[in-house]
Amino acid sequence: MIVQPRNLKYRVWATRIFMILFLCLIMFPFLMIISVSFRSGNFATGDLIPSNPSLEHWYLAFGIPWENPDGSVIQPPFPVMLWLWNSIKVSFVSTILILLLSTTGAYAFARLRFKFKEHMLTAMMILQMFPAVLALVAIYSLFDRLGNYIPWLGLDSLGSVTVAYLGGLALHIWLIKGYFETIDQSLEEAAAIDGATPWQAFRYVLLPLSVPILAVVFILAFITSIAEYPVASVLLQSMDNLTLAVGSRQYLNPQNYLWGDFAAAAVLSGLPISIIFLLCQRWIVGGLTAGGVKG
Amino acid sequence: MKAISSAGNRSGNPGRWVALGLIAAIDLILLYGVTMMYASGETPFALLVLLIITTGTWVFISHKGYSYRYVYPALLGVSVFIVFPLLYTVNVAFTNYSSSNLLPLERVKAIHMAKTYRTPGESYSFKAWQQGENYQLLFISNKDTDKHLISAPFGELTEPTEVNARLSSELPDGKELAFRDTIQIRHILKLLTIMLPDGGSLSMTSLREFGPQTRIYDEGPNDTLIDSRNGDILTPDMTTGYYVDNTGEQIGPGFTVFNGWDNFSRVISDPGIQGPFLQIFTWTLTFSALSVLFTLIIGLLMACLVQWEPLKGNGVYRLLLILPYAVPAFISILIFRGLFNQNFGEINMLLNMLFGIQPEWFSNGFLAKTMVLIVNTWLGYPYMMILSIGLLKSIPDDLYEASAIDGATPIQNLFKITIPLIIKPLIPLLIASFAFNFNNLVLIALLTDGAPNIIGATTPAGATDLLVSYTFRIAFGQYGQDYGLASAIATFIFLMVGVIAWLNLKATRRFTE
Repeated sequence: MIVQPRNLKYRVWATRIFMILFLCLIMFPFLMIISVSFRSGNFATGDLIPSNPSLEHWYLAFGIPWENPDGSVIQPPFPVMLWLWNSIKVSFVSTILILLLSTTGAYAFARLRFKFKEHMLTAMMILQMFPAVLALVAIYSLFDRLGNYIPWLGLDSLGSVTVAYLGGLALHIWLIKGYFETIDQSLEEAAAIDGATPWQAFRYVLLPLSVPILAVVFILAFITSIAEYPVASVLLQSMDNLTLAVGSRQYLNPQNYLWGDFAAAAVLSGLPISIIFLLCQRWIVGGLTAGGVKG
Repeated sequence: MKAISSAGNRSGNPGRWVALGLIAAIDLILLYGVTMMYASGETPFALLVLLIITTGTWVFISHKGYSYRYVYPALLGVSVFIVFPLLYTVNVAFTNYSSSNLLPLERVKAIHMAKTYRTPGESYSFKAWQQGENYQLLFISNKDTDKHLISAPFGELTEPTEVNARLSSELPDGKELAFRDTIQIRHILKLLTIMLPDGGSLSMTSLREFGPQTRIYDEGPNDTLIDSRNGDILTPDMTTGYYVDNTGEQIGPGFTVFNGWDNFSRVISDPGIQGPFLQIFTWTLTFSALSVLFTLIIGLLMACLVQWEPLKGNGVYRLLLILPYAVPAFISILIFRGLFNQNFGEINMLLNMLFGIQPEWFSNGFLAKTMVLIVNTWLGYPYMMILSIGLLKSIPDDLYEASAIDGATPIQNLFKITIPLIIKPLIPLLIASFAFNFNNLVLIALLTDGAPNIIGATTPAGATDLLVSYTFRIAFGQYGQDYGLASAIATFIFLMVGVIAWLNLKATRRFTE
């Protein structure tokens, strides 16, 4: 038991008040955006709690035309649900691919012996500091040329974005490798003595033991892909192909400022992702600190 | 591990033959692709794929390559989408690749070669007839309306074709196409060269007419073009990337050529680039350093408070504090963009109500920078908090107990116990965070897009632009895309990031071992 100072009670209360004030400051944007999404019109200013709430923006966000009391009908400005669906498709497929590649890679780095292993690991650690943003001209050019031979991997295709996200592997290899190294190797050796090939030892012994880290990597990679903006904004062009991250920007064009519509779309699309994150935060945080501390 | 490795080498099982067949099939398809790429002049890409094929085949066939089978796909992903783009970018930095010099020389030459001009002679209006899959054209001379010619039938075309025409007094078979339908097949008509009985030729000059036309340029030696009208010679200028005529005038479109260190010397000597570049470079360093500092201070403070046991409900505080990290950044940045809006933004409304001020967040350089830092601190402190919580847990409690007995204040605890104990493992993380903010394109692209603009800059540049967003705007902005210059600046950033990465590696090695 820690020795407690006498004025503890005041300190706790002071801290509590400070925390609540700080949290108000932090939560302000979220509260504001929820309130804005229920205001009518795109320019109307109002209080934190809207005086005459309207579901206008929510209808539009779900892609349903909204009919004003005076009979005029507003069409949804952007296909938000389609963008969300695009984002989910891209993220899901790229995450599965990342998981496949990084698990096998991490297995080799953790268990097998081969030349240049240490060099490869160091190279990957350095390379993960070079984000894809830095080579966008090359990535654009790469997919432009690739599209001449394989159309579904060309510019303005969801395939190209999915594949481009595979560059983010290096970090995940480090994470999974770290976890594999905590698992006792004797289990696999026992399997090998019984005649298992390295593949079988990996598939039937190591992999079932590593489900927790695979889940963490899945969520991390999924969230990273869904929030990725630069690569998608360069590769995707037509309105129906955009991902949510690229599309959302259309709302706040100075020429066509749709603050209210954006608010509803933002809450609608941000909520599921945030909830997934918060539900899994215990594991994500563990993964982040482990990965972070290891570099 | 010897036992495991040798167990995988049992050969002669039927599965091996299936695998070999599969590898051979994939190789064949890819080799076909390489040939196609090489044929169309994409040498770097052809070489890349060839390299992938050979290493891949070796890894999956050779026994020695067994261990590499597991790493190969991952390494492939890393090399194709990180290493190759890096090298390719450095390569582009030495060219004039841009929206005005987009195509290779051969393609530009082909564009010039396809140019035609109207030669004197009889022109014909035409009508199209369709019979099944085939079309026929009826030409009516504009000079002598009784003179009718009928073309031989032709179908769907993909390349320029010569079609004969003969004098005739009857109409073609099939049904006559309406003008609207004739327009539909104009992509075919444009490819036609109609050979007349008298030896002349016609091609399409307008939607309703065919007339005598000739190519402007004939091919000369060494990629030169000879103007068939006056004998002028166009020569490709391999330093500027344009065809030039006798008087030295450039004729577009330009082609891509290597221009040596031009892009780099532009960064150093062109005042319209050098000035903004230095300004942006300074701001990038300031921004990254301040972001790390602010997020660390708030993150560490919050971590200490959340870890403090007497404060009940720690879990709830922690959950709420992590919230900015849980919401995808592209959404929260755009929310801030709206909230900070000068006229409709809620923040200015509040400030106006309380203090009667309406700061110009997007048009005043200093305020814009302040806003960017505020938003980035809001976005980034939860990550620092998470890391700090992890590190704080590793400090043994008895240290604080001892200091409490000695009557130390919380501030003393922080500086004498907490910070000295966590600073070592924290340093690599801080360097990584610095590198992340150094390249934080998303924040700038979505929040300010660089606004307000720097006056007197040749390329679009703004006060809040980071080096990456500056590069991004040069390469993909609305005012002409200069990939060469962008790549030169990107090459500079590579060097910077390389240094940061090396420092990080050093720090990690030193503090974890």
